[in-house]
Amino acid sequence: MIASPDVVAFTKDDDFGDSYTDPCLLPEEFSVPLFPHAANANPWTKTSYAKFSKDFILISEFSEQVGPQPLLTIPDDPRVCGTFDLNYFSLRIMSVDYQASFVGHPPGCSYPKLNFVEDSKVVLGDSKEGAFAYVHHLTLYDLEARGFVRPFCMAYISADERKIMQQFQQLSSGFSKASESLKSGNRKAFANELEKKLQDLEYTRSVLHKETELQKMNNGCYSTQVIEKANELANVEKSIYEHKDLLRQITSYPNRKRDTDHVQYEPEKPVETSITDHTFPSTHSINGDKGIETDSGSQQLSYTPQLIKAKSAKCFDKRLKTLEELCDSNFFPQTMDQLNLIEKTFRGDLCFISTSQIDQALLSKQKITSFLFEEERDWEEEENSRNLYDTDHNPHIAPPSVSNLSGEPMSLESYATCVEISPHKLDLESMEGPPESSTSDITQETSEEAVDTETKGSFSSDRSIEALGNVSPANPNSFVRRSTHEVCTVTLSVHQGDVASETAPDKNSPSLLDVNTVDVFETDNLVQIDTACCMGQDGFIYEESLPEPVQQCGEDTVVKQEPLSLLQGDPALQVDYIFGESALPLCSSLGFVLPEESTSVLSEEMVRMNVEDVSDCTSYMSTSTSSDRAGSPFTYGSLITLKQKKKAGHSALRFIRQYPFAQQAIFCILSGRTLVVLGAEEGTVRKLVNALSIFVPNLGKYGETVQPWLTTSFQLTDLHRWKLIGLQRVASPAGSSMLHSLSRYSRYIGILDCDNKTLRCPPYKGTLLGHMADHRTQIKRGSTYYLHVQSMLTQLAAKAFLYTFCHHVHLPINPDDQGSVALRRTNFLLQLGFTEEESQIIQFLSELIKQNFFQWPLKGLGQSVFSFNYTTSFLYKI
Amino acid sequence: MLRWILGGRGSQGGFEKSAALCIGEEQPKNRFTELQVLKGHFDIVRFLVQIDDFRFASAGDDGMVLVWNVETGERLVELRGHTQQITAMTTYAFIKGGRSHSAIITASSDRTLSLWDPDTGNRLQTVSDLQSSVKCVVVLDHLDVWLSGANELCVWNRDFQLQCKTVHHSDAGITAMVSLSKNCIAAAMDKEIVIFKLNLSEVETTILAIRHLADHQDTIRSLITINDELFASGSHIGELILWDAIDWTIQAYEHILWEEPTVDSQSEIRMGQQSEMSIQHMHSDGELLTAAVGSGLYVYHTVKKSIVAYRKVAHDSDILHTMLLDNGRVMSCSEDGSIRIWELQDLPLAAEPASSGFFGMFGTFGRSGKQAGAPTKKLLEVSGLRSLELIGDLIGHSGAVQMFVNFGVKGLVTCSADHLLIVWKDGERESQLRSLALFQKLEQSGGL
Repeated sequence: MIASPDVVAFTKDDDFGDSYTDPCLLPEEFSVPLFPHAANANPWTKTSYAKFSKDFILISEFSEQVGPQPLLTIPDDPRVCGTFDLNYFSLRIMSVDYQASFVGHPPGCSYPKLNFVEDSKVVLGDSKEGAFAYVHHLTLYDLEARGFVRPFCMAYISADERKIMQQFQQLSSGFSKASESLKSGNRKAFANELEKKLQDLEYTRSVLHKETELQKMNNGCYSTQVIEKANELANVEKSIYEHKDLLRQITSYPNRKRDTDHVQYEPEKPVETSITDHTFPSTHSINGDKGIETDSGSQQLSYTPQLIKAKSAKCFDKRLKTLEELCDSNFFPQTMDQLNLIEKTFRGDLCFISTSQIDQALLSKQKITSFLFEEERDWEEEENSRNLYDTDHNPHIAPPSVSNLSGEPMSLESYATCVEISPHKLDLESMEGPPESSTSDITQETSEEAVDTETKGSFSSDRSIEALGNVSPANPNSFVRRSTHEVCTVTLSVHQGDVASETAPDKNSPSLLDVNTVDVFETDNLVQIDTACCMGQDGFIYEESLPEPVQQCGEDTVVKQEPLSLLQGDPALQVDYIFGESALPLCSSLGFVLPEESTSVLSEEMVRMNVEDVSDCTSYMSTSTSSDRAGSPFTYGSLITLKQKKKAGHSALRFIRQYPFAQQAIFCILSGRTLVVLGAEEGTVRKLVNALSIFVPNLGKYGETVQPWLTTSFQLTDLHRWKLIGLQRVASPAGSSMLHSLSRYSRYIGILDCDNKTLRCPPYKGTLLGHMADHRTQIKRGSTYYLHVQSMLTQLAAKAFLYTFCHHVHLPINPDDQGSVALRRTNFLLQLGFTEEESQIIQFLSELIKQNFFQWPLKGLGQSVFSFNYTTSFLYKI
Repeated sequence: MLRWILGGRGSQGGFEKSAALCIGEEQPKNRFTELQVLKGHFDIVRFLVQIDDFRFASAGDDGMVLVWNVETGERLVELRGHTQQITAMTTYAFIKGGRSHSAIITASSDRTLSLWDPDTGNRLQTVSDLQSSVKCVVVLDHLDVWLSGANELCVWNRDFQLQCKTVHHSDAGITAMVSLSKNCIAAAMDKEIVIFKLNLSEVETTILAIRHLADHQDTIRSLITINDELFASGSHIGELILWDAIDWTIQAYEHILWEEPTVDSQSEIRMGQQSEMSIQHMHSDGELLTAAVGSGLYVYHTVKKSIVAYRKVAHDSDILHTMLLDNGRVMSCSEDGSIRIWELQDLPLAAEPASSGFFGMFGTFGRSGKQAGAPTKKLLEVSGLRSLELIGDLIGHSGAVQMFVNFGVKGLVTCSADHLLIVWKDGERESQLRSLALFQKLEQSGGL
């Protein structure tokens, strides 16, 4: 890649006065060299020289038996890591000096002492591998481990070092939460284990005591067996004492930490002892002097105390506990949940992440208007989720679906739940193919490059690891502060001159030292990054993977779905829903229709367009056969995601292309007049409602103001509550009462008839909505159109804000000039460039803003007001 | 008009309105552009009374009395105590401790009477074990007593002590009462109006029937005071009689017959309606009187003793309540669930074809010879006959609208058989008020 200083130099040298050349044409020698990896359509991706395709999280352990070993990656997909050597990298990140080493017998103390060590956070770079990592070290307690500690580390590995550096605080905060959760669970598990062990020891002591007494009686006081038994007894006594001390230490931890005061330990459930792949039975074990403690070859699963045999010979076969076993069963899934959240949050390009963060920070300051059209990000929910990890959890908070992430085999039920809940996610994410084919070329090249650079002798493999930053482990909460980057100490262990600038171009630049070049926002504002919009590393993965979407609909893909929100509806309900129709046919048909040539040079946009179209078609097709739910992701009571809104944007695009009176319909919605979508077929109606929902002001977090499918007649209060209604057209006599309510309340509603393609609503002749809903629009993609609409709606919201909070418009100059206020209001809106009709939109939005500002109670709907106006409706036809 | 909704699935006559009354959706004179639905009752809401300039009480068949704030729509207190439907409700103002209080008197089918404090929701007084359920209550402020009308007429003082009562009259009982001058009370009992005289002396209070007016041919449905000189009564068959309030003589007699002039097919459709001429409700501002006659409206000038305007079919079904507004407008609500606002307009020139509602208005027949002084006039000879033009309708209730209370600029409250109350407001004014409140709050909090 060409660096910007180079370009500047070239233009300086250019002689302008020579002869006329087309200034637009760059001489051939100055032309920018093509991006070396033509197959890689995204020139911004930094992974071209890395051996992995996208960022991932690695958890490694420094095993006392086999040394550093990788345990698991998130996402748990071998394709993500590609040919990246996890073992090697584990060695790297675990070899950073970590202060966990002094656990055990401190000098001058006869009893083992637990150290509650703070986590350490380090940034590492391995230019040879093209990998940069935020590394979070932590220790967990294990009764059977040497010194009772097991060192672990969690690493966020990315090819973009600037991403690591700039997002350091967010990463740190995220990983601290995960670590806290893991450690809390570990403390609980450790305490349980100690208690069981104590019971065992007590039991052993009583047995030994009896035996000693017996032998004393039989053999006399000074026989060797008796002495042996007495020694054994003494050992057990000592061991009991030590264990009690340990238990005291571990349970006294809550007193040291404010947030664990409320720990309510649940009745203990036995820890699963399933053998997982992560543990390798070791033949080599360093057996400490505390023979009795470490020699219990088997785990105690129950409360029944067991006799502990002294000095078991089987100590070398000791199997260390897995990470999951080390942690209480309730906490581990939550930790994984948090890690998955981190992975999702930081997915994609740095630029996008930063923009989203800025966006979010700005939005949080605009609560007065942001409720109108912005995606509702619930701030208190964020708080809740933070509390979930800060304080020790109540286990019942954990949703059942989260446990899917812990790697347990999923039941059919939970599998179906996943599919049901995010049907639209599926069609994009299922496209995620194996990147081996695409990345293999690159990795080969990169390795060649690496070989090249290595043959130059510029650096040895030892030096290719740089500890770029080492943040002293402070109180994790302090990472909210903006000043931690000053704490960073850089220990460059490289000969700087030797390092090829290609592999680490910015290594010496000061920006690297400056962890925070951008403003650091509140660390809890973690952005949910949407793959559909993200240009980053996810992009090119899709490309070559299209031929095999069917296989990818398998369980493998589904497991990696994002964890369900805690607020999602009752899973059992959703399961019922899905059993009516299978999800898999949708996938397979989707895959079947996919064009074969998309594997070749089609850009990802094109491919995605196809995917969207196809999925739209399938949802249309499925309507005829089954009760359609694919057409509408807006199930009442479930959280509306940005993704669903973008999906709706696609439907909306189709709507405005199909219906010439789309502007009138949108005007109806924006001016607060309830739009009733009338149709006989549920799928069509739901689809239209879904499409139009992106225009509904104050949609609500769960889409409360939209009723996608109504089969009974509605009341006046319903019109008040719902601003967009999908209504079933019934031919039976029952339908006549519905039609009666339609005609009766016709002055309050607009009626869009799907079947006859007509619209009955007040006229709109302005130009404003023409920009929003031009049926000859050049916009091709649903998500683009959604963003277009969103930007226009934001402008409207801004105008409404201006109108609402403009003093002179609303305040009477003297007490008896109410009339002039009305006049000034009208004139103000005219000056803003709104026609009389468009003024209604602004006025409606303004009323919503006022209502929101006063926080008028929403509980009793009778408390809020319903405005309307008397205008003649017209009937529009295609 | 709405046939297109049905998608050509055949005609339906069930809810088509008569074309003459369809005002359409363009209503520039209708200022009610905002509504607020008040929920709280569990059965038909029949009564509304205004307590002061911002509070009102509602009561109905669920036996509950709810007090509301008309400005905010807030439910202030719930007055619970009656076990059966409320049959009458009125406000009662009294002076206590140098301060004027307003209270509510309610009567219920459970044969109790209660006095409520709308500020606290307490039941101040209660009377039970009545022999019959009270149908009407009248407060005589100047005497500081109040009267309840059931099968007998009872007189009560402020402390709910029975002062005196009349003998048992008939099974029909007293359905309406008005207070006249000279401590007299007119009470409607079936076809009769009975004038009672109340004698208050130091020792005891007595009440005596002094006159029976039996000029109505059918049951009296409505009895109102017009002014100090006149009161009016209306019967089930459309007789409207104006009485002198002092000597109880007939001042005017109108028999309203909605006669159908045309004999086309429509007449058989409207047979059912035609026979309905019952005067359900009347209201007067002292000069004009408006009467709800079946589903039609009738405006009468009580000084000129002449008809001012009328409309034979003002609603699709019976009008339950009507009111003269101060700006020459008439409001009516009906069993069809709508409220309509009418304006008295001068008729167009006689040469022009009149509106369809104009035909068939020759329905007022004088009953000449029967009573002296009863005017007999042909309608067309009446100069200054005006028309009632529909200028707006309020649609929202899904059941019969029982009655309404007008709060002027603050809005209009309607109650209905659909258990709901609706406050109709001027949207423009409310929007301005909200803006003012917004800036007040901004000032208090010192900015956003």
